[in-house]
Amino acid sequence: MKLVYKNIEKDGSGNISLIPEESEDMWHAYNLIAEGDAVTASTVRKVQTESSTGSSTSSRVRTTLTIRVENIDFDTQACVLRLKGRNIVENQYVKMGAYHTLDLELNRKFVLQKTIWDSVALERVDMACDPAQSADVAAVVMQEGLAHVCLITPSMTLVRSKIDMTIPRKRKGFAQQHEKGLNKFYDAVMQGILRHIEFTVVKCVIIASPGFVKDQFFEYMMQQAVKTDNKLLIDNKSKFLLVKASSGFKHSLKEVLQEPSVISKISDTKAASEVKLLESFYTMLQLEPAKAFYGKKHVERANEAMAIEILMISDKLFRCQDVQQRKEYVALVDSVRENGGDVRIFSSMHVSGEQLDQLTGIAAVLRFPMPELEDSDAEGDSDSDDN
Amino acid sequence: MARHRNVRNRSYSDDFDDDDVYGHSVEEDSCLSPSDTAQFMYDRSRNQQAISHFLESHDNIQEEAEDEVDDLSHPPLERRESLELRSLKLSEDDETCLMSCLDELRNVLGDSFSDNILINAALNHKFDYNKALDEILNKNSNDNDKKKEEPVKQPPIVRVIPSIDPVSSNNIPKVISTNLEPKSAGIIKGFKVQCSDSSGSFSQTPREQSPASERASTPRIEDETKTTLKVKENKFDPKKQYINERGSDKDHIYIVVIGHVDAGKSTLMGRLLCDLGEVSQKTLHKYEQESKKIGKQSFMYAWVLDETGEERVRGITMDVGKAQFETKTKKVIILDAPGHADFIPNMITGAGQADVALLVVDATRGEFESGFDLGGQTREHALLVRSLGVNQLAVAINKLDTTNWSQERFDEISKKLKTFLKQAGFKDSDVTYVPCSGLTGENLVKPPSEVELLKWYNGPCLLDVIDKFNVPERPISKPLRMPINDVFKGTGSGFCVAGRIENGVLNKGDKVLVCPTKEMAEVRSISINEMPNNVAFAGDQVSVTLSGIDMQNVSVGFILSDPIQQVPVATRFEARLVVFNVKVPITKGFPVLIHHQSLVESANIVKLKSLLNKSTGEVMKKKPRCLGNNSVAVVDIEVSKPICVERYKDVKELGRVMLRVSGVTIAAGLITDMYNS
Ligand SMILES: Nc1nc2c(ncn2[C@@H]2O[C@H](COP(=O)(O)OP(=O)(O)OP(=O)(O)O)[C@@H](O)[C@H]2O)c(=O)[nH]1
Ligand SMILES: [Mg+2]
Repeated sequence: MKLVYKNIEKDGSGNISLIPEESEDMWHAYNLIAEGDAVTASTVRKVQTESSTGSSTSSRVRTTLTIRVENIDFDTQACVLRLKGRNIVENQYVKMGAYHTLDLELNRKFVLQKTIWDSVALERVDMACDPAQSADVAAVVMQEGLAHVCLITPSMTLVRSKIDMTIPRKRKGFAQQHEKGLNKFYDAVMQGILRHIEFTVVKCVIIASPGFVKDQFFEYMMQQAVKTDNKLLIDNKSKFLLVKASSGFKHSLKEVLQEPSVISKISDTKAASEVKLLESFYTMLQLEPAKAFYGKKHVERANEAMAIEILMISDKLFRCQDVQQRKEYVALVDSVRENGGDVRIFSSMHVSGEQLDQLTGIAAVLRFPMPELEDSDAEGDSDSDDN
Repeated sequence: MARHRNVRNRSYSDDFDDDDVYGHSVEEDSCLSPSDTAQFMYDRSRNQQAISHFLESHDNIQEEAEDEVDDLSHPPLERRESLELRSLKLSEDDETCLMSCLDELRNVLGDSFSDNILINAALNHKFDYNKALDEILNKNSNDNDKKKEEPVKQPPIVRVIPSIDPVSSNNIPKVISTNLEPKSAGIIKGFKVQCSDSSGSFSQTPREQSPASERASTPRIEDETKTTLKVKENKFDPKKQYINERGSDKDHIYIVVIGHVDAGKSTLMGRLLCDLGEVSQKTLHKYEQESKKIGKQSFMYAWVLDETGEERVRGITMDVGKAQFETKTKKVIILDAPGHADFIPNMITGAGQADVALLVVDATRGEFESGFDLGGQTREHALLVRSLGVNQLAVAINKLDTTNWSQERFDEISKKLKTFLKQAGFKDSDVTYVPCSGLTGENLVKPPSEVELLKWYNGPCLLDVIDKFNVPERPISKPLRMPINDVFKGTGSGFCVAGRIENGVLNKGDKVLVCPTKEMAEVRSISINEMPNNVAFAGDQVSVTLSGIDMQNVSVGFILSDPIQQVPVATRFEARLVVFNVKVPITKGFPVLIHHQSLVESANIVKLKSLLNKSTGEVMKKKPRCLGNNSVAVVDIEVSKPICVERYKDVKELGRVMLRVSGVTIAAGLITDMYNS
C-alpha cells in the first residue's frame, strides 16, 4: 500500500489517502474501514439520461464518489473489497443520499475519513505501507488423496486449490489401481501448483506431508516436468522444500511453519511468528496455568493487575460492528503497551489466527501467576456461548 | 407382516424418485437434502401410513401391556435410541455422570448385565460406582440362590415405565399432525428396538454366558423369543436368515495386528500363513528370490502382506494388509496394520473393523524399550484399539530368538505390559501372552520345539490363542450400517465400495442409502473375503458393487444405511472425551482431526462443557478452561462438514471418535448427543 497523505487532527479525526498496490492491501483496507467511515474513491456508475424526445439511454461514467459506509463485504478468495453506503457529497451523476456500492480497485487512490483514528488503525496503516513486509511463500500440504495448495502472504493464508480425491486402497490383486489413483492425484496437485503458484513472486514452495507422499509426489512432478519439458518447474526446482506434516488438512500448516528448515528459509514472517506465540501460550497453559489467560474478562482482569507480558489478539475483534466494543479492545491494547507489555495482533486469515478466533480471539501470557477467576458466569459471557 | 414389506417398498420408491429428480444437486454443505425436505412436506399418502402405523403400534402396546418388561421395548419411536436415559428425565449433568458410571461398571462387569440393572444401581447410589458395583454383584449372588424371585428383582424396569407412557401418548398426536419422519419406519423400529437394545447391552452368545448372567437376563430372553415369534412370519427375519446361511459355518473373526514399527507383525503373519499352507511354495520361492535381489531377504515373509512396490522397497507396511486362514473353530481374517507413526490413520481404519487384536512386540534388547517408551507406537496402538472397542488382546512377544529364548526377558516384558494394559482398560483375563518368533516360526502353529523355550513354556501356541478368542455378538437385527473404507473399480460394470457391516444384513438387490449425501443406490453384488455371496451380515467385511449412483459421489467415510432407519447426519455433536497424554492442554477452539471409522475430517472442539471425575463420573467443574492429561470431560465438537455418526449408546461402533493433532492421538471420545443444525 502506498500512503499518499495523512491528515489527522488533534482530536484523532481526519483522513488518510492510500493506494492499494496488491491484493493483500485489500485485506488491510478491509481491516481499516469500519461502518460509519466515509470513503472517497473513483468508481463507475451507470447513468440514465433522458433525451428531449423522451427516449432514455443508459451509459457508464467514471466519477469520484464519497459514501458513508454501511456495509462491508470482503471476498477472501478474489481479494475484492466491496463497500456499500449512501452518497454524502454532491455529485453531478449521483444524488445525495443515493446508495452506491464501491469496489476498491488496485492502483487507484482512495481516501478514508474517520471520526477517530485509534492506535490499532494507525498501526495497520503503518504495517500496510511497510515495503519490507512482503514476501510470499507457497505451501502444499498433502496426504494420500487430500491436498491444499496455499499461498502465505504476510497477513493472509489463502487456500488456492483443494484437491480431494478418493484413492483406492491396496488390495489383493488390485495393487495397480492404487498406484493409478495415486498418480492421478499427484497430477491434479501438480496442475494446482502450476495454475496457482507464481514462481516469480514466491520465495519458496513448501511441500509437506506425512510419510513418503511428499517425496513420491516431488519425484513424480519432476519426472513429468522432464517428460513434458516444463521449463518453469525445472528452473525452479531449487525453490521446493520438502518437510514433514502430519496430514493434508490445512491446520497442519502450523506444524510446517514450525519446522526449522522452513523458518530458516522464510525468516520472520508473521504467519510463523504467530504460530510460535500461540504455541508458547499453550505451553504456558500446560506448565503454569495461572500465567495463561484467555477470554476478554480474564485478560482484562490480568491487565488491571498489570500482569500481561504478551497479549495476543485477533484482528477480527477490531472489525466488529459495535463501536463500543472496538473501543474497549483498543483501550486494552493501549493499556497493555503502556504497562510495558507486548501486543501482537494476529491475522485471522492465518491458521493460528483462526485458532485464536475460536479461543475467544484474545489470550495473554502473564508475567506472574494470578488466581483463576471463579465465577463461571463471567466466563460464559466472554467465551460467547453462542458461537 | 406382508403389509410391512409393502410399506417399506413404497417409501423406497418415494425416496428414490425424489433423488432421481434432484439428482446430484445436493451440495455437501446444504442443510436439507431432497429426502430431508420430503420429510417436512405434507404428503397425504404418507400421512395415512403414519396413522395406520400408529394404530398398529398402539395395538402392540396393548397386546403386551400385561408384560411390563415387554412394554419397555415399545417406547415412543423417535425416542428409541435414548430409551433408558431419556426416560429417566435426568438433568444433563446427571446423565453424564450416569454414562461414565455405566462405563466404569461395564469395564468391570463386561456385558453380562443389562443396562437397566446397571442404571438402576447407579441411580440408587447417586453414581457412586463402587457402591453400585457392590449392589449389582451382591444382588447377583442372591439371584443365584433364589432364581424364582427374578421378576421382582427388576425394579429398574418397573420404575422406568411410568415415565414412558406420558411421552408416548404425547407423541402420537404430534407425529400425526407434523409427519416428522418417514412413518413407515416405525413398524420395523417397533420390534427392532429390543433386539438392538439387548445386543448392545448384553451378549447373547451362549459361550459367553456365565450361569449368573444368564439368570440375570432371563426376562430379556423371554422378551427375545416373543419378538422372534413375531418376526418369524417375516421371511426376511435376519436371525433366521443368518442361521440358514451361516449356521454350519465356522465363526468369522477379525483380528487386527498392531505394534511398533518393525516389531515383526507382517513377518509373523506371513510366516503363519505359510506354515498353514495358505501361501504356495512357488509364491514363497518367488518372494525369496525377489526380496534377495533388492537386499531385503529378511522381509520375505512380510511380502505376503506387504504387496505394493513401495512397501516392499521400503520394508515397511503402509496400509492395512489382509489375509485369511482357518483354525479349528474359526475362520480368521487378519488385518496387518502399519506400525509407522505416519500411517496411524490407516491403522485406525483397520482397528475399527476388528473384533480382537494381536499386539506384537519386539523382544530384542533395547527394541522393546524404544517401542514402548514415549514416542513409540506400542502404547498408542494399544490405547487406540481399546478406545475403538477391542477388549480381547493377544500379545505376541516376538523375536525371542534374539534373546536365546530367555524366560527372564519374556517375564520382564509381560510384566511391563501387564501394568500398562491394565491402565489402558484391558482386563488381565482378556490378555494372553505368547512367546514366539515370526522369522523362525517358533510356537506359531505348532507347540514349541526349541529346547530353550520348552524349559519354561508349556502354554498354547499362537494359533491356539487365536482359536480361543471369543467371537462378539453380531448385531444383525439392527438397521443396516456399513461404513465405507474403500471405493474402487471392480472387475465388472459399476464400481465397488468396501467396508465392514457394523449392523444389520445386506442382501443382493437391496436398496441402500448412501449417507451423508443421502443418495439411493442398489446393491448389485456382494463379495465376502473375495468370494461372491448373496447376503452378508453384521461383522462381515465385504465389497459391494453399487449401481444407480456415480462413483464420484461416494467417498471413504460415507456410510451405507438402511433407507428408512437412516443413520443420523450431524456437524456438531457432544462427546465424552478421555484425554490421553497431551503435550499442551486442550482448550476450546482446538483444531483437531477427527477419526470416525475410516473417515478423517477436520474438526474443532467448540465448547468445553464439564470436567468429570475419572472414577465417579461426577462433574468436577463446569466450563473448564482447559483439559489436561488424562482428564475426562464432556465437550462439543464441530466437524467441518456433515458426517454420519451415532450415539454411542445406540451403535457403539459408530459412536466412537478419535481425536488427533499433529500426528498424535490426544483423546478418544464417545458420542453422547447430536445437534441438528
Ligand atoms: N530375529 C528376528 N527378526 C525378525 C522376526 N520377525 C521379524 N523380524 C525382522 O524384523 C524386520 C521387520 O519385520 P516386519 O514384519 O516388516 O515388521 P512390521 O512390524 O510388519 O513392520 P511395519 O509393518 O513397518 O510396522 C524384518 O527385517 C524381519 O526380518 C523374528 O521373529 N526374529
Ligand atoms: Mg508390517
